[in-house]
Amino acid sequence: MATINDVVVKIATVNGTGSASANGLLMKSIFRMGIPVVGKNYFPSNIQGLPTWYEVRVTGAGYQSRSDRVDLMVAMNAQTYASDLADVRPGGYLLYDSTWPRQKELHRDGVTVLGVPLSRLCNENFEGARARILMKNIAYVGVVAALLDIDLAVITKLLEETFAAKKHLVDSNMQAIRLGYDYAQQHFSCPLPNKVQAMNGTAGKIVIDGNTAAGLGCMYAGATVGAWYPITPSTSLMDAFRSFCTKYRVEPDTGARTFCIIQAEDELAAIGMVLGAAWNGARAFTPTSGPGISLMSEFIGFAYYAEIPAVIFDVQRTGPSTGMPTRTQQSDLMSCAYASHGDTKHVLLFPANPHECFEMAQSAFDLAERLQTPVIVMSDLDIGMNDWMVPDFEFDESRVPDRGKVVTADELEKMEKFYRYMDVDGDGIAPRSLPGVHAKGSYFTRGSGHSRYGSYTEDSAAYQDVMDRLLVKWETARSIVPGPEIEYSKFNKAGILTIGSGDGACLEARDRLAAQKINVNYCRVRAFPFSNAVREFIAQHEVIYVVEQNRDAQLRSMLMLDIDAEPTKLVPLLHYNGMPINAGFVVQRVLEEIAKGRAA
Amino acid sequence: MSYIAKPKVAHPSLPKNKLGLTARDYEGTVSTLCAGCGHDSVTAAIIQAVFQLNIEPHMLAKMSGIGCSSKTPAYFVSGAHGFNSVHGRMPSVTTGANAANRALTYIGVSGDGDSLSIGAGQFVHAIRRNLNMCYIIENNGVYGLTKGQFSASADVGSKPKKGEPNEMEPIDPVSVALALGATYVARSFSGDKEQLVPLIQGALTHKGFALVDVISPCVTFNDHEGSTKSYKHTRQFYHHVVDADFVPPAAEIKAAYEQGSSMPVELHDGSRIVLRKVDKAYDPTSRAAAFAYLRERVNAGEITTGLLYIDSLRKEMHEVMGNTSTPLCQLPLESLHPGAAELKKITARYR
Repeated sequence: MATINDVVVKIATVNGTGSASANGLLMKSIFRMGIPVVGKNYFPSNIQGLPTWYEVRVTGAGYQSRSDRVDLMVAMNAQTYASDLADVRPGGYLLYDSTWPRQKELHRDGVTVLGVPLSRLCNENFEGARARILMKNIAYVGVVAALLDIDLAVITKLLEETFAAKKHLVDSNMQAIRLGYDYAQQHFSCPLPNKVQAMNGTAGKIVIDGNTAAGLGCMYAGATVGAWYPITPSTSLMDAFRSFCTKYRVEPDTGARTFCIIQAEDELAAIGMVLGAAWNGARAFTPTSGPGISLMSEFIGFAYYAEIPAVIFDVQRTGPSTGMPTRTQQSDLMSCAYASHGDTKHVLLFPANPHECFEMAQSAFDLAERLQTPVIVMSDLDIGMNDWMVPDFEFDESRVPDRGKVVTADELEKMEKFYRYMDVDGDGIAPRSLPGVHAKGSYFTRGSGHSRYGSYTEDSAAYQDVMDRLLVKWETARSIVPGPEIEYSKFNKAGILTIGSGDGACLEARDRLAAQKINVNYCRVRAFPFSNAVREFIAQHEVIYVVEQNRDAQLRSMLMLDIDAEPTKLVPLLHYNGMPINAGFVVQRVLEEIAKGRAA
Repeated sequence: MSYIAKPKVAHPSLPKNKLGLTARDYEGTVSTLCAGCGHDSVTAAIIQAVFQLNIEPHMLAKMSGIGCSSKTPAYFVSGAHGFNSVHGRMPSVTTGANAANRALTYIGVSGDGDSLSIGAGQFVHAIRRNLNMCYIIENNGVYGLTKGQFSASADVGSKPKKGEPNEMEPIDPVSVALALGATYVARSFSGDKEQLVPLIQGALTHKGFALVDVISPCVTFNDHEGSTKSYKHTRQFYHHVVDADFVPPAAEIKAAYEQGSSMPVELHDGSRIVLRKVDKAYDPTSRAAAFAYLRERVNAGEITTGLLYIDSLRKEMHEVMGNTSTPLCQLPLESLHPGAAELKKITARYR
């Protein structure tokens, strides 16, 4: 069936061969034609030599999640020919390098196999092994451009921008594009029935990954101290922060830096540094992933009890243990929500895409300082490392950042005595003083039992007094964290509830279900503790499909623990194989549950 | 930790420092450590050192981890901010605190259990960064709060109150610090305040990582016959190799030093440390020589004390990074981003 702007291209390569820039070029050129596009990178935990895939979903309808089919497979890796061919939808296409004789397994009824002698073309036209390998990647972009009808002028412009300072690279890259493009035009019937066509669907949009967006958000939030230990898939967040700071955080007259990035010896130290800096009044953060959260847990509990702001980004990957470091999951929900021993619970934010990573990076600092507690931004590998098409970022210069209750030197001067943990406003938040500001502000920060006066205690009532106030603060948190995004119609008895990167798949699934006359409401939770609106949404429905990317229905458990949600109403829809969730999964599972309900 | 405040009555004739404060103003709450604990003597030395250095109490940050030693910041300078963190993590908290506010003076108090076992990783990395702080280890060879297990600094052959002598090689914080290039390395004894106070003053003034390893006997669990960290053993075997006199900025060096044995070292704020070499052959500016000397004396069963090594020129963390002299925590947030118009330029690259 012929389609316009609804096609999925998957490229199978070997990592370490430089295919990333070629794949980025392909995605970006489609975006530049005004067509919404989704790019997903499936890569191994390895530097060189293992299979890797890149998927470009052209979606004129503007869906956000990965697709559940492949129309055109670019099979550049002989190791994975068999499984790549099996991935292609019936009636689809497979492109391979026909420099060498075609292997037997590259045959399947109903799949059109297209051979292009990419290696031979590049060997004849380029010098040097490295250049030939790189140009082979660019050449397959040329072939795909011809097959999908991508505008070569757009590709040329992109290359000119990329290599603005190196004109000769524009020429050689364009030469490689033309090798593939012309070969395809001469040998195949171009374009294929599934093609692209310029439209106006990307106005006001950018293509960016979540880690870059979060790093930029931290810079705009005024973070000055970043402490971290490298871990996939969070590393590029600090790389981005460093790169933005290197440009924008240098005093023009002195050349001195107004930021301090410390590569810690481990995650135990990274979070310790964040707490030390935040204790002194700086905005400080650390990016990490699941194993790092495990290591940081002791200090997260300390920060909860001693009431020190901290911003942590957990770019989740597949657990448990080392798990699959380059695959995605939402499986750190419980370990973050209740990190550390004793009675602790922590504010979590759930960004759904890079735009929210930028926004929530800023609100995380506001909330952490307002609530004097750790705030964990629960991103994941899918959001953090993939390029997403999202609305352009806005920054409101008139917005005043929330620094929370910090007593000034003047206020301290007027006080008879300052008590660190005294709740004077009834919201569970006691004003804090910063070191070095005034002699009267001094207090002893400790993780041991303390009273509202800030002194050490082993007195039952004095201890419990502080623990109970922390619960008051928890309710304050509930009232100020970002509320859910809800789509509601009183005619629907069922609702889908999800978080973070489940958003795209669920929204698309709603459309597909609606096409089958199954209408469901929608609630995307954006923070923990859960707002009252979440409680109401659950109360309004007979059944709630809780869609999350982990095995143990952690979000569902948290709904039960935090807002007493009725367990029998909450139907878990769990996707946890490490790949980003897609709409097909949600639709299938909802239909299964409906069928089960009818049978019962 | 004690919550009993000391009575605030001070005798009018008590000497005052340049800030008009008396030594009493640098005290903390009443110690709850065992009577005779070496740590209380170190606390007293800290109080005297900070008082004499004219440090405003609220400009001092007292950092610690977990253990008997880590309780002591409550017992000195009540007017300073304290951060009693988790076990072995005082160095990382101090690193972050210093990153955010370089205007404060940081004193970390740790123990052999806190720094040489769980905290060994953080201890060595604070040295590696040449973090500007005074790092005191109150070293008694045992875990006191959990009732007397050997720590990693217990010497070979040292006997516990009950059970078998220690057979494992000790981790010596001074040797570790020298090996890693710490820029101020001292050792002293809690029972030798005359030596200890100027060493702490030098450590507080030195710009960079200053270690003061203090043998501080545990009267309850490690002060018996056969212990190598007892008062008796330490008094018998410790040797001054280089003593230090601390001379504040602009003050004259008044003491008469014997020719060839004294060596003034200028610190960044104009104050000086005059090294008095008990052993004239000792060179406290040579890491290699200091290390060799130390090992030789250890083999002879001696405990070498004094300011064993100093390098007053190496850059501390902020200098290495090229950071602004303004404490980062004092920079207004609105000065820390390039604004809405620039954001549009940044995101234009992602079109």
